[in-house]
Amino acid sequence: MTTPLGKWLLLTLAVFSLVTASPAQADGLGLLNKHNCSSCHALTGPAPSTLAALWQRKGPDLFYAGNKYRQEWLETWLQNPKRIRPAGMFYMNHIKPGPKRNMVDTSSLSQHLQLNSSDAKSIAAALTTLKENTSLIQNEKHNSKLSPGPLGEMMFDKIFGCMACHQIEPGFGGLSGPEVYTAGTRLKAEFMLSYIRSPQAWDAKVWMPNAHLPDNNIQKLVNYIINLSKKSYDE
Amino acid sequence: MNNYCFIIILIMTPLLQISSANAESAKDNYRTYCMQCHGMAGQGMGLNIQDMSVQPRDHTDTKAMSTRTDSELFKVIKEGGIAISKSSLMPPWADTFTDSEIHELVKHLRKLCQCDNQTK
Repeated sequence: MTTPLGKWLLLTLAVFSLVTASPAQADGLGLLNKHNCSSCHALTGPAPSTLAALWQRKGPDLFYAGNKYRQEWLETWLQNPKRIRPAGMFYMNHIKPGPKRNMVDTSSLSQHLQLNSSDAKSIAAALTTLKENTSLIQNEKHNSKLSPGPLGEMMFDKIFGCMACHQIEPGFGGLSGPEVYTAGTRLKAEFMLSYIRSPQAWDAKVWMPNAHLPDNNIQKLVNYIINLSKKSYDE
Repeated sequence: MNNYCFIIILIMTPLLQISSANAESAKDNYRTYCMQCHGMAGQGMGLNIQDMSVQPRDHTDTKAMSTRTDSELFKVIKEGGIAISKSSLMPPWADTFTDSEIHELVKHLRKLCQCDNQTK
């Protein structure tokens, strides 16, 4: 799937990174190549600029993984990968008609590669070096004290309508976006702030709209999401 | 003067081509952004509806869709349900679509509902 230009860019990135990377990061960059991660994930930007390209995307873009993910989560998840997007990367590729509503066609979904702890640690370290779009988060300041209190769920579900596409607990909420009840452990707070502020700045064609929320409400939503991840869920 | 016009046209032509190339068709936009709630057939039976307190509009419902003007449809797509005193579950898509794309989406909705209401 990777174009010759893409392979060249990946090789250049790997060679450049090897010069400055720690041993674990250097191993990880090699492993990204070995496991052919670029066949499903973009390791260099930009994000898709057309719908045709968007529809073909098989996994999340990783060219800004270092600005998006928490390294410890990456390391843990790669050893025990669980589906985060109930309907896959692009939901239209994985749904079918149902009696009451469109349903996820689970037969079309594939399982992510499972890594051993050593490889997971190295790849997680390497992914932290991929930091495109830093300018989008460098001015974000997370205010953990701006709690939504008991209104968090109402804000997420009813006032801003986020639950239309996201699950706030297993089995409750929309399915076309990633689950949010694990987002607090998965994502950096500054990334969540920036992404909610403008999803299109990160991913021009993504099917999450920009609600133009004021900063204090974005802070409250992020703190609500972080609180969700502190609960335990039986799945 | 003619030379200046020629140069301006020469510069503008590729820019106009780029602009038109970036516009997505209403059918593709509907598939990507609307079907998640309004469903593959536009009947309001989308993937996301199970836990919604307000169900999405059935775009094939001729009677219901006839009560909405084109300008109301434009407004609700661009500014969201709240803008026409409807549910916040219908979000604002102003940052996703150009005005031109929204106008094309309104035309697409009229095809789905096989109805018209431009004057009300």
